[in-house]
Amino acid sequence: MSERASVPKEEDETEPETEPEPVTTGAQSVIRALENAGTDYVFGVQGGAIMPVYDALYDSDINHVTMAHEQGASHAADAYGIVTGDPGVCFATSGPGATNLVTGIADANMDSDPVIALTGQVPTEFVGNDAFQETDTVGITQPITKESYFAADSDTVGDNVSEAFALADAGRQGPTLVDLPKDVTQGETEVEPGAPETPETYEVPEEADDENVQEAAEALAEADRPVILSGGGVIKANASSALREFAKEYEIPVITTMPGIGSFPEDHELSLEWAGMHGTGYANMAITNTDCMLAIGTRFDDRLTGGVDSFAPDAEVIHVDIDPAEISKNVYADYPLIGDARNVLRQLFDAMPRAPDADEWRDQCQAWKSEYPMDYDTPDDEPLKPQYVVERFSDVTPDDTIVCTGVGQHQMWASQFWEYTEPRTWVSSHGLGTMGYGVPAAIGAKLAAPDQEVVCFDGDGSFLMTVQGLSVAVREQLDITYVVLNNEAVGMVRQWQDGFYEGRRMASEYPWIPQFDKLAEAFGARGFTLESYENVEETIQEARDYDGPSVIDAHIDPGENVFPMVPSGGDNGLFALNEDHLEML
Amino acid sequence: MPGPAPDERMRPKGRRNTQGIRVDPEAEVTHEPRQAVLSALVKHRPGVLSEVSALFSRRQFNIESLTVGPTVDEDTARMTILIEEPEPGIDQAKKQLRKLVPVISVRELEGEAVRRELALVKVSGEKPDDVNAVADMYDGQAVDASTDSVTVEITGSKQKIDAAIEAFKQFDVQEIVRTGAAALERGPKTLEKDV
Ligand SMILES: Cc1ncc(C[n+]2csc(CCOP(=O)(O)OP(=O)(O)O)c2C)c(N)n1
Repeated sequence: MSERASVPKEEDETEPETEPEPVTTGAQSVIRALENAGTDYVFGVQGGAIMPVYDALYDSDINHVTMAHEQGASHAADAYGIVTGDPGVCFATSGPGATNLVTGIADANMDSDPVIALTGQVPTEFVGNDAFQETDTVGITQPITKESYFAADSDTVGDNVSEAFALADAGRQGPTLVDLPKDVTQGETEVEPGAPETPETYEVPEEADDENVQEAAEALAEADRPVILSGGGVIKANASSALREFAKEYEIPVITTMPGIGSFPEDHELSLEWAGMHGTGYANMAITNTDCMLAIGTRFDDRLTGGVDSFAPDAEVIHVDIDPAEISKNVYADYPLIGDARNVLRQLFDAMPRAPDADEWRDQCQAWKSEYPMDYDTPDDEPLKPQYVVERFSDVTPDDTIVCTGVGQHQMWASQFWEYTEPRTWVSSHGLGTMGYGVPAAIGAKLAAPDQEVVCFDGDGSFLMTVQGLSVAVREQLDITYVVLNNEAVGMVRQWQDGFYEGRRMASEYPWIPQFDKLAEAFGARGFTLESYENVEETIQEARDYDGPSVIDAHIDPGENVFPMVPSGGDNGLFALNEDHLEML
Repeated sequence: MPGPAPDERMRPKGRRNTQGIRVDPEAEVTHEPRQAVLSALVKHRPGVLSEVSALFSRRQFNIESLTVGPTVDEDTARMTILIEEPEPGIDQAKKQLRKLVPVISVRELEGEAVRRELALVKVSGEKPDDVNAVADMYDGQAVDASTDSVTVEITGSKQKIDAAIEAFKQFDVQEIVRTGAAALERGPKTLEKDV
């Protein structure tokens, strides 16, 4: 899978493991640091300033995946990090290579995904001279990483990488970057990198204070209308099973955030699925009416809360988070519990004096499920509805199927109409909302979990932004099914124009998009077209059966919009179920 | 069967303010901005100042002043940051600062902390004796003089320096430079020993 192409290697790759050769250059020390940390894959693109590092990679067992664009390298690494839980690694050269990584790094930062970016840099003596392909990569990326390092010395560059690796994974996960001047990687050194360790100034809280846990547990047990709000942090902390045990034992309804999808099984009675702008009506009703919310690993993003003045306005908030800076940042926490979500859930489990007395509330939540079901119209003569395609696909795939997406309406349908039951099966761009995330993310996800099925729901606009990644999926023979929910528009924008800009559809309709099935074939993938209800199941099956990347160009009803909807900054309890409701708000 | 329309749905009476704090409608709490003196011990290495100042600008915290200089330990530097923010903002600023990797410790100094600022004021040299007399009033001293100008050094609280500058205006102020506050807690507490 990894390419070392033309020159045959001297040793046989299967020979028994021997002691690695001592390092002789900074670049070898960089690669050794990655090996020590257990790196299997690196996603990247070659270039002048990063060449010494690639040259050292030649002798390593780490697999390199050449991407078609560095943005794809950072998204693939991001998805790899989400699916495995361990940092994904991407390489780029200096200047344009590094700046192309920026979108993926910012994306990882917003979603707390563990990513390590290693960028080439011009030789130290040229730094600051506006040399060929120079940019201030550390300066550009500092606000969007946990830390960006400038490697100044061949003897310490390996330690910089080890530390960056440990830091990306420690506490609240996130991206780190090491900028590697060419003379530093080319320079001689015999210094082996140390083990991955976080800097001594970085402290990670493990368990919450027992007294605080006790108080919070008592408040939750006292509640009449309790809910658990499970965020992406629950998945990152591998706390999904602890959450399941806790919720089932104390019979508390569970709402997830969008990044928290998969942390609690959506087919369980206690699940209300996810809340927020396009979350379910029942989740938003429960979130509005709860009197005690146990919020775990969520940063209360505005797409979740709507206007904070109307967010869970009656609720005492117990906020569990590993990052103290998240406490009371957006929503005030009556009971802050700082620590690792899995540990704190265990602590809470033991501290609960009893289950809350909430039969009536649970019945109310079930009633909301039937009052506000997730629904859409499917008269046969209408153009194909996107929700139908998502639902049919979900029906036939195994529980551990991984779903990736771009950003837009299709992303919402994929989150609403697919039934998620397992953590690390929902791979999407939340905080940054990056169109173009889907194609490369699916590549990273498939390499991270080769035995799991991977499907990517994309929009025509999003797909076009990173479609060159198909060449990578073809070269690596990755069995991914891409489904383009094609409405010949940047549909989410068009929906807002229709709703909030009097239908003035400026720059949102794309009637000139290519035929995606043919485009797929041109790349060497399989292409399919879907135009009606008749052959949905059959086409899905054929695409799944094809052993390699396939693209289904699904021509969906261009008039279809995403509901329920809470207008931006609005009140979650006042979600609109259709256009008429929007006008009432 | 679509459920009730937005205005017919169950909802509680509570409310939060814009800072996400639940409010009792009778007695709404609003936090007025106040001045806070943050003292941070940081790794003494390139880029720290930009990392800290970028944090403040990114989060739209208004910095009144920021001073930085080395400590007795050559690997660390100390920053004194004055901000004016409502309580939750001050709390966020402290937490966000603590998150930065090169930041070793952060503390808000209490009101009675020792706070000093330095100003150099260059005024016209026409009436040197009068300038000296005003400088004396503010415990300042002339540090440079020529036929055309006198430069006076003043240290003290921000208020004292404001007042001194006001007084020097009668001599045609030509140039001013101010450092912003440096501050230390009174008593034996230090950032290193007690964080
Ligand atoms: C890189 C980027 N540019 C612009 C946007 C703004 N934006 C948000 S959703 C959207 C529409 C997405 O269109 P498409 O991918 O076709 O999906 P659809 O909404 O039609 O399902 C746009 C343009 C964005 N999120 N990301």
